[in-house]
Amino acid sequence: MTEEEVQKITDVVCPFCGCLCDDVEIDVANNKVVTTYNACTIGTTKFFSVNETEHRFTKPMLRKNGKFVPISWDEAIERAAKILLNAERPLLYGFSSTSNEAIGEGFKLAEEVGGVLDQTASVCHGPSVLAIQDVGRSAATLGEIRSRANVIVYWGSNPSAAHPRHMSRYSMFVRGFFREKGAKERTLIVVDPRNTDAAKLADIHIKVEQGKDYELVSAMRAALRGIEIPEMVAGIPKKDILEVLEIMKKAYFGVVFFGMGLTQTFGRHRNIDNAINLIRELNSYTKWIISPMRGHYNVTGAGTVWTWQTGYPMSIDFARGYPRYNPGEYCANDILVNGEADAALIIASDPGAHFPAKSIRHLAKIPVIAIEPHITPTTELAELILPPAIVGVETEGTAYRMDHVPIRLRKVVDAPDECLPDEVILERLTQKVRELKK
Amino acid sequence: MSSSIQVNLITGRTVQQGRALEGSKHSDEYTRAAGIIELDPEDMRKLKIYTGTVVKVTTAHGSVNVRAILSPNAPHPGLAFIPMGPWGNAVIDTDIYSVGMPSFKGVEATVEPIPEGKVLSALELMHELQK
Repeated sequence: MTEEEVQKITDVVCPFCGCLCDDVEIDVANNKVVTTYNACTIGTTKFFSVNETEHRFTKPMLRKNGKFVPISWDEAIERAAKILLNAERPLLYGFSSTSNEAIGEGFKLAEEVGGVLDQTASVCHGPSVLAIQDVGRSAATLGEIRSRANVIVYWGSNPSAAHPRHMSRYSMFVRGFFREKGAKERTLIVVDPRNTDAAKLADIHIKVEQGKDYELVSAMRAALRGIEIPEMVAGIPKKDILEVLEIMKKAYFGVVFFGMGLTQTFGRHRNIDNAINLIRELNSYTKWIISPMRGHYNVTGAGTVWTWQTGYPMSIDFARGYPRYNPGEYCANDILVNGEADAALIIASDPGAHFPAKSIRHLAKIPVIAIEPHITPTTELAELILPPAIVGVETEGTAYRMDHVPIRLRKVVDAPDECLPDEVILERLTQKVRELKK
Repeated sequence: MSSSIQVNLITGRTVQQGRALEGSKHSDEYTRAAGIIELDPEDMRKLKIYTGTVVKVTTAHGSVNVRAILSPNAPHPGLAFIPMGPWGNAVIDTDIYSVGMPSFKGVEATVEPIPEGKVLSALELMHELQK
């Protein structure tokens, strides 16, 4: 291959995690990704995953006698529309790894078929959304954090595994406008029951007992008000708690990034609620903000776009023709565990891999339409595959970074064969549903 | 070898699991990345096993075979970690506590060695659930 054939594409945005790193460069030759620059190991894998064709769906597929056979787009769209229309309570789930444009189309389809619309936040930062709706949140963009923060806390979050470049781009190991010396001017505190890679890098590792975060936050809030706290809370000695509080009170600008360690353990949204209140109270001393570490690159967008359209960020039921919101009743896992859903459209997510077994047992019993580029546990359960072009690699789109900054994703290579953008697939489905309803 | 231990099980992300998410869920790479349980060295000693032994993880919600590995994030005696994926999800608590969120972290589990056991792939686990 000659050098002329290799084309370098710059300012590519990585469509993996909520960091949306926008400094990625990619070498492309013969419509294949050859090299990536600046992306982390996971982002690199995502860019390379488009090259793999053997395990990639490139034509619409229908399961016949246990095997997938290719069908035409027209047939696939008609079949999918009929499945959704014939269902009493179709579930439309996923959406967090696609563009805002597709997310918006998803709403139209859900409204048209009277379905339940949910996104991956319901098994991720859904509890955070609930807590923020309850008590609000003090927020900032990642740029502001990078410029100003000098005390950085990761609570129940392991950026070294889930957001590999977060610490080096936005928080700890990066120079900022008011933090010219970078890490030398910053203090890193990690709250985690395990000695994770992030904890190994921390100045202070608070090794909280698993599931006792609520108690620890409560003790910190009490101590902040001058109330005596016990000698040991959640496995942490009083002395250490007071020491950390002192550092937090004296910060110039502090930030708590929190993750699944708070949302998936006992207490859920109450943990976040408590943590947000701790941050609110710390603001009587100095500037503190609190920010969820959003996983899927556009999970923030799913919540934001549907909030414009329906008033609600997730778990939206259109059964009565208008949107109703009740996580705990209309979350994907609720209606699967309770056996309510009688058809499912899964897009840009993999509940097969990431839902509990009980939910999957129900998913296995109902017709599943998967808008999914690769073979996944979900596609094993699907009867119909609608192959998408991968947003941010094979097609453009807009996504929200974890701090709600919208960023336009770029196209790097052409999508293979018959793959269509998610947005187009959903639009065609909605049109077909409207046609069939007449 | 029939010894077993009780642990508090959590699931979560790892870099290897993250890499395997993108276009490799059909592959052995995914099984190697997420079909494992990270155990504290102390717990490994109690079980008299070492990295690579297949163990059966059982909770009130199900059971699954995974490979035990020495935790890179030790010490955390009594705490066990399975990377996010179908293996961990086979045994986590399905109670959604009225907020739609299953207990992906903090589930009581029993771990017992079954050196002859087989670790199923992600797709095979789905076929099991289809039955």
